[in-house]
Amino acid sequence: MYVLIAGGGKIGANLARSLLRVGHEVTLVEQRRDRYERLEDEFEHVVVQGDATEIFVLERAGIQRPPSIVVAATGDDEDNIVICQLAREKYGVEKVIARVNDPRNQAHFDLLGVSPTVCATSSIMALIEHEVPEHGLVHLLELPKENVEIVEVQISPDATCTGQAIERLSLPEGSRLISVKRNGQFEIAEGSTVLRPGDQVLAILQPGKEDELRKVLLER
Amino acid sequence: MKVIVIGCGRVGSSIAHELRSEGWDVVAVDDKEEALGRLGESWDGGFVVGHGMDTSVLRRAGVEDADAVVVSTDGDNTNIVVGQVVQKRFGVGCVVVRLLDPARAAFYESQGMRVVCPTSTAIGGLAETVRTCTVPAKAAT
Repeated sequence: MYVLIAGGGKIGANLARSLLRVGHEVTLVEQRRDRYERLEDEFEHVVVQGDATEIFVLERAGIQRPPSIVVAATGDDEDNIVICQLAREKYGVEKVIARVNDPRNQAHFDLLGVSPTVCATSSIMALIEHEVPEHGLVHLLELPKENVEIVEVQISPDATCTGQAIERLSLPEGSRLISVKRNGQFEIAEGSTVLRPGDQVLAILQPGKEDELRKVLLER
Repeated sequence: MKVIVIGCGRVGSSIAHELRSEGWDVVAVDDKEEALGRLGESWDGGFVVGHGMDTSVLRRAGVEDADAVVVSTDGDNTNIVVGQVVQKRFGVGCVVVRLLDPARAAFYESQGMRVVCPTSTAIGGLAETVRTCTVPAKAAT
């Protein structure tokens, strides 16, 4: 597989190292001269120096072949969006992956269809939420292309849904409870399963229906 | 008619003044407060400090009822992204983006963006000036 990585910082360089180790072909593009020289010592001809949002730099890096995957991992969100747009729309690259540096820019990536994205801050935040379930609803998995996500909800002792069978709840359309974890035991959520305080429930739903789901499972 | 000018440098501040003098309701946006100085003391339009990538800044500038937006910060990629956000998220009808790189300008223009590329204009102008120069034949020595 041929992978083009834009941005030779810690993420880009380590990605290149890992991919090369398992036998893939990689080109790494780095703009900064000092960083480029250090990378060149290690990676030799695999590194290209230049601004990966410049068309002639991308072409020198082999984007016309085209690569199987382009990874936009620079420290600048605007640059990462432009790299992905050029790769996909101009050169027909089928798979692009973008790094989101500032989580507040996530909406721009989504709006412009740049997906999938990886955001370190959001990933760490999701882990914290997972550890501190008081937050209510935790995103475990998001598949924006398939328009579906999986969330975890912890049922509080005073929630109105406790003591009720799942089939009697008016869950938002297109959503379903998958499983219930109780006293460390995991069971598939059936219509007849009665929710109890402290249950950890997994639900599958369409993005945007979280508030409706919160209302059903968390309202007191 | 209301226009927002994002990026208030030499180009942005001049456009802001030009449109203001033609009677437009103008709000200038720049992430540096000093940019207000470029508009001068006589500036009677709006001014918002903040980055164009920040949608709360765009809202404060009144993007939701703007008829036109000019994006002219000093970063081509910022302009490309902000231009698309203004058009797609806020549905502004007329969005004009300044790009210095002719290659990216050509691509985004082909994607339907209204792009002005001063570099291309300069190249054309310079070449044309050379072509139309009447060059006196050099005297043989």
